[in-house]
Amino acid sequence: MNTSNAEQLSQLILDTLIAVAPEVDPGALDPDVAFRDQFEIDSVDFLNFVLRLEKQLDRRIPEADFPRLSSLKGCLAYLGDKKT
Amino acid sequence: MHWKPIEKPAGRTKWTANLEDYDKARAAFSWEDVGRELMPQGTAHINIAHIAADRHAEAGGERVALRIVDRSFNVETISYGALRDLTDRFADAIRRLGVPRGEVVASLIGRTPAFYIAALGTLKAGAVFCPLFAAFGPEPLRQRLSIARARALVTTPALYRRKVASVRAGLPDLRYVLCTEEEAIPEGCIPLWRILDAAETGLPVVRTAPQDPALLHFTSGTTGRPKAAIQPHGAILAQYASSRFALDLRPEDRFWCTADPGWVTGTAYGIVGPLSVGATLVVDTEPFDAARWYRILEAERISVWYTSPTAIRMLMRAGDALPRERDLSALRFAASVGEPLNPEAVVWGLETLGLPFHDTWWQTETGAIMIANYAATEIRPGSMGRPLPGIEAAILHRVGGRVEPIRAPDQEGELALRVGWPSMFTGYLNDPESYARCFADGWYLSGDLARRDADGYFWFVGRGDDLIKTSGHLVGPFEVESALLEHPAVAEAGVIGKPDAIAGQIVKAFVCLRPGNIGTEELRRQLLAHTRRRLGPAVAPKEIAFCSALPKTRSGKIMRRLLRAQETGEPAGDTTTLEDPAQGDR
Repeated sequence: MNTSNAEQLSQLILDTLIAVAPEVDPGALDPDVAFRDQFEIDSVDFLNFVLRLEKQLDRRIPEADFPRLSSLKGCLAYLGDKKT
Repeated sequence: MHWKPIEKPAGRTKWTANLEDYDKARAAFSWEDVGRELMPQGTAHINIAHIAADRHAEAGGERVALRIVDRSFNVETISYGALRDLTDRFADAIRRLGVPRGEVVASLIGRTPAFYIAALGTLKAGAVFCPLFAAFGPEPLRQRLSIARARALVTTPALYRRKVASVRAGLPDLRYVLCTEEEAIPEGCIPLWRILDAAETGLPVVRTAPQDPALLHFTSGTTGRPKAAIQPHGAILAQYASSRFALDLRPEDRFWCTADPGWVTGTAYGIVGPLSVGATLVVDTEPFDAARWYRILEAERISVWYTSPTAIRMLMRAGDALPRERDLSALRFAASVGEPLNPEAVVWGLETLGLPFHDTWWQTETGAIMIANYAATEIRPGSMGRPLPGIEAAILHRVGGRVEPIRAPDQEGELALRVGWPSMFTGYLNDPESYARCFADGWYLSGDLARRDADGYFWFVGRGDDLIKTSGHLVGPFEVESALLEHPAVAEAGVIGKPDAIAGQIVKAFVCLRPGNIGTEELRRQLLAHTRRRLGPAVAPKEIAFCSALPKTRSGKIMRRLLRAQETGEPAGDTTTLEDPAQGDR
């Protein structure tokens, strides 16, 4: 994945996150730290976040892979790596 | 759709259930017998911590009380002997600080060792333990700490900084904040483990009476402030009996209760009930994750599992491949609590995990499981089951200030319990009027609508009020509406529970804007952000819709019932008190 694709993907992930939890300041987000260690997100929020990502990216994300989406870096690695 | 009952033929399992013959167990039962079993020397004094921890430590302290699984699957074990000593130290430490008997110690913390030590240590000191939900925002926390007049709080540095520091100045009664030490201790806080090291073991447990307050659990009201239900020390009799009958627990079990420690299930069955039986509690410090949960069920050899409908539906959504990869042969009994369990979920358990989920019904106010499906008796999928031994339940109608029990089967009415079981709440803190309204003619009125079939199984119908059940949490609409009204763009707000396939209901807000504001996506997100910051994600709305007017009574009260009917397309019922009846048809 080239730089501009990575930037686009990062933006899409942040937009999706903010749609679910609009109180999040994307500028203050540490990409290496789990989302739930930085702000309040419950299991229904997290499920909504993944469902929205599935829709945006038009791909199915199996539940077994959910833990890999727990941080921004994890999302980028997982979603950038496995092309549908 | 009619669901076939799940039968329990004799010889179906290698083990015999604690409650093998329902009618016989009910006929033979007495609370006095339970008291003698737990307290052979008499029940004039009864302390939950003594029965849950010390009693087993005296009988041989090596047995494991707690197995705490952390994020990386490392397991910390605490034996009954160690639990006795650590809770001794906690009791001594808060006595030395100056928390007198009867005062409140609150907790705002996840499922970590400090939670269990603080809960039982507080009870040993004769103080009252009040667990708070860690997903609450600063405002609900401030309100609850203030109502409880909490003298001490046990928390973590991160939670303190995020949620308590900003409101502490408004909590003059809160003298001591005890913080765990994974990070630097914030200013104005006391290092928990350091004061426990300095404290002593072996001091006598405070001799509390069965009616002395032990726990405070907050529950939502339809209007105004949350209510703090007081649970007495004697409640352990019902928590012990129900752990044996409804959860089929015995000392050799590895028991996993997935409830959050901030709610009544997190104490009654996350600590007290299973420890009173002498079982080993398995605890996961982490939030829900399907793959992780199956791994824990396998690796920890969980034998009895108590979880929630929302979690079960999330597991169903995750598919059947995950459990098939795991050896779940140790699991022998599974039960559910929090909201009615849909029949699909009961049957999914049987087909996928090899055993059905047993639904149970109870409330913060009842203090223990009151109605359940049992290990050895037929399950009727979708039913909450039958009353426990020692519990008399009925369906009744309120007629003025009195009630009339309905004897005929399959009639809808309010679910009620005959007063007199040991875990019944003894009051709402500083709110005798609300407490009095819960009772009539010797019955506790639950506020839940239900019916009873001809064979005595109870079936949930709905709430008799506007309270919202979301992911097993009870949310009062007023609290959410108040937070929305704080926003300058909002003129009016009405909040309801919208049916949801996973969470049961989600919190949905209808908002009328002040003149000059437009309901843009940007404003919708602002309102979401505002309520999430203020209330936390468990209480804040998941959906916000703008509307031009809310249906109201002629006296100006928002008719949430009509908002619900509008959302679900169900009939609106009686609209004669509506201010503008045309609104009822929207």
